[in-house]
Amino acid sequence: MPKITYITHDKQSHTVEVQNGLTVMEGAVQNDIPGIDADCGGGMACATCHVYVKEDWFNKLPKKEDGEEDMLDMAFEPKTNSRLSCQLTVSDELDGLIVDIPSKQT
Amino acid sequence: MIKTDALIIGAGPTGLFTAHQLKLIGLDCEVVDNLDKIGGQCIELYPDKPIYDIPAVPECTGEELTNNLINQLKPFDIKFHLGERVDEVKKDNDNWIVKTNNGKSFSTPNVIIAGGVGSFEPRKFSPKECEKFENKSIFYSVQDKKVFEGKTVTIFGGGDSALDWAVELSKIAKVNLVHRRDEFRGAQATLNKVKELTSAGKINLLTKYQLVSVSGSSKIESIDIKSDDGETKNLKTDYVLGFFGLIMQLGPIANWGLNIDKKTIDVDTEKFETNQKGIYAVGDICKYPGKLKLILSGFHEGALAARACFKLARPNEKYRFEFTTSSKTIKDRLGIKSD
Repeated sequence: MPKITYITHDKQSHTVEVQNGLTVMEGAVQNDIPGIDADCGGGMACATCHVYVKEDWFNKLPKKEDGEEDMLDMAFEPKTNSRLSCQLTVSDELDGLIVDIPSKQT
Repeated sequence: MIKTDALIIGAGPTGLFTAHQLKLIGLDCEVVDNLDKIGGQCIELYPDKPIYDIPAVPECTGEELTNNLINQLKPFDIKFHLGERVDEVKKDNDNWIVKTNNGKSFSTPNVIIAGGVGSFEPRKFSPKECEKFENKSIFYSVQDKKVFEGKTVTIFGGGDSALDWAVELSKIAKVNLVHRRDEFRGAQATLNKVKELTSAGKINLLTKYQLVSVSGSSKIESIDIKSDDGETKNLKTDYVLGFFGLIMQLGPIANWGLNIDKKTIDVDTEKFETNQKGIYAVGDICKYPGKLKLILSGFHEGALAARACFKLARPNEKYRFEFTTSSKTIKDRLGIKSD
């Protein structure tokens, strides 16, 4: 199973195995990794599963859909490497992905 | 003080159907919601998104679902208190005294929290010092545009609210419009207008910038904005407006003495009652083993909580289970003439 690393704001690193087909958001929620709220449950209707993706990984990810960038306007401190983790579906290509969780979501 | 058999907090689908269930069994109720319209997340977050798992409704949008639920409430007289947030819930003998931010108060034996993930609040600026200028120099909505006349106003955001106010205020004030990227998500027509006004020098458009700090003593004097590549600009401004949409915040619910974990409230599965007698939680905000965050689950939870309310609202009567197909009493309540 692909391994995904979540780095919380206090620099704690959590590496977990996430089944293919789940989203990076679901991987965090199911493994009780703090800092990802996912209020809307993955509907791309809020911006509370916001993560920063390390640059080398950012370009390898599937491109954002229009709605995602709009939602990121409403995220807490969005940056150029911001993504909504509910829009990142885990696959073998994402094995080793590292994401940073912002200090807060709201 | 408004007296009622049950007070529902939240006018989303679960709150609406719970109101229906209460009225059906002969209890009265009032509904409070922080949004200025009925429908909750269905209306605020996904009015146009189709939903496929409402029983017997193969497909409907959030807006259609809301309208149907409102229609279902037509036979009843239910008072909605919109644009009001419940701030305080306090015990007074057998009743709960519930107060809103607008000073309304209710006395009721039953409080049903159907609050989704909390109340919708405007997303605010992140620099800490912004808080002390809120409602003085920093606003997240416009009440009276006259205060901006002849002043410099800096608007942040890329959606319709930001664009609309940039256009509107450019008629009476000096306007800076700041957005974190080049693309805007507002209506094309408004965006064209903004570009026109920018070329005409009426709007100072700054993209790929975000707010980093504000300075001033009692009022804002200037702000610093920073671009993606690290360049900082200082802008003199009298007012700052932020339009970053709405976020859901649990808010004051956290202070009512309920068992809350990860923004959800523990309930039992018989009455959907919390650890406080007479306070129930239904819909997305409640948690119990096996909880599913589905609209249909909210309907079930509301139906059971409504029956539990009966006991506290009518302590001397016995609740009798009846079907809508056969009960004359229920048909009378629905205003249906039986033949």
